[in-house]
Amino acid sequence: MNAVLLWLVLATSVVALVLVVLHLVRDETAGDPTFLALAVVEVLLLVQAVLGSVALAGTDREISGVTFVSYLWSIVLVLPIGAFWSLAERTRAGTAVLLVALLTVVALEVRLQSLWTVGA
Amino acid sequence: MRDLSSGPGRVLVAVYAVFAVAATGRSLVQLGTDADRAPVAYSLSLLAALVYLAATTCLLVGGRRGWWAALVAVVVEAVGVLVVGTLSYVATDLFPDRTVWSHFGQGYAFLPLVLPVAGLVWLRRTSPARSR
Repeated sequence: MNAVLLWLVLATSVVALVLVVLHLVRDETAGDPTFLALAVVEVLLLVQAVLGSVALAGTDREISGVTFVSYLWSIVLVLPIGAFWSLAERTRAGTAVLLVALLTVVALEVRLQSLWTVGA
Repeated sequence: MRDLSSGPGRVLVAVYAVFAVAATGRSLVQLGTDADRAPVAYSLSLLAALVYLAATTCLLVGGRRGWWAALVAVVVEAVGVLVVGTLSYVATDLFPDRTVWSHFGQGYAFLPLVLPVAGLVWLRRTSPARSR
């Protein structure tokens, strides 16, 4: 697993989180810059899913393959579903859904990393 | 009667959906790979998964029936996290492996403990008796 990619995902997620929190505080709906930030995170997650699957195939370490791959690919689904659910209601609550989605990505990312390093 | 999945309910649905998927995934992996190791804990994992799935669905469906079914799901969830949380400290031999509700949801930032409370508050605000 690529450590640089992990940090890139976390860093861009934090940027997106800050934007979303600002929207929440100001009670405004998320605009293009925020969705662009989410798109960047999503692209990185897609790259990670591909590279992670390849890395798993090429490693001898004892890693629970099914769990690892399901994490890799479920994390890709979080932001699109979250954005869809958020856009259905352009209110503060809708924006808060983006916050939930991003925090979910961060949590899954941390878990993904521990699956790779510890294998548990 | 208010829509159960709009406003704060929309956020609640999002969090419940995440837990539904997380708990389902976890219980399927546990039961699929090593069911004999901790039958009690793994069965409870499955119960937790079903409760989260039920709560998510009921909030999405809405209506009077959805409200009542959601209430049952959230109460079961509250009892579940309290009982399993306590047992995981007291009867450690029953829980050699973690479940969503172990140690009051410690592995999930204690959200499993907060979620039923948020659910009950939301259901109280959207109670069918109130809008009459």
